[in-house]
Amino acid sequence: MPIQYYILLALTLFSIGIVGVLTRRNAIIVFMCIELMLNAVNLLLVAFSKMQYNLALTNNKATIAGSEAQLFVFFIMVVAAAEVSVGLAIIVMMYRNIHSVDVNFLNRLKN
Amino acid sequence: MSAIQILFWFLSALALVSAIMVLISKNPVHSVLWLVMVFFAISGHYILMNAQFLAIVNLIVYAGAIMVLFLFVIMLMNLDKTSDPQKNWWMKLAGVISGGCLLMEMATLVRQAAEMKEKTVMMKQGGIGLIGNLGKLLFSDYVVPFEISSVLFLSAMVGAVVIGKKN
Repeated sequence: MPIQYYILLALTLFSIGIVGVLTRRNAIIVFMCIELMLNAVNLLLVAFSKMQYNLALTNNKATIAGSEAQLFVFFIMVVAAAEVSVGLAIIVMMYRNIHSVDVNFLNRLKN
Repeated sequence: MSAIQILFWFLSALALVSAIMVLISKNPVHSVLWLVMVFFAISGHYILMNAQFLAIVNLIVYAGAIMVLFLFVIMLMNLDKTSDPQKNWWMKLAGVISGGCLLMEMATLVRQAAEMKEKTVMMKQGGIGLIGNLGKLLFSDYVVPFEISSVLFLSAMVGAVVIGKKN
């Protein structure tokens, strides 16, 4: 598969995530769109990793070039899991205080 | 058209349609289920590129843990009826146009880039995505970030408990 197909697929998924963040006002859906964008980036990183491996394989048969990208994806997943737990706690607290998850109500954080 | 290509196009179409359905479904529970569908399609892409470890981790962590957390929070709040109370068409149009502009610009850039021409992704073979290779690397060269991520998890756990506590 050419790398450009994967880049275009990841770009489209990322743009769908951006449109979701810009248009939806439910805080949970906005959060899910952020997860979608993270996953698009993960897919692109894995595709680049296999591309690097394919390039390095012509010179050296025993190469492990491109493994770093997959470990990077692993760490992105770790950070995303930590981020989701804290973010959902914040959303629950916000719902408890103002009884809504509309992000438009968040323009005044004081009350 | 080989089987790999058919699978690639099928999984891409599945991911894109599900991602659009995440945006346009009114019920947040349906959005979560469509997002699980997107994660399954992306895991299929990982398997297609023989990144088996990441495929399984993606399924367990994202589709298994994170999405269940989202589902629990949505059901805890009981807001499955009215997600968007008032419509604001101009804002939605502006969002779609700006996202489309970004997509168009970056897609043009990618199509013109000479560096990306004739580079191919290795499908279905290559052993770097297997757990043997990644585990060896993770516990030798990358052991410090691995340990730091455990501290990050601890702080996230403490933070979630402190924030979510009723005062």
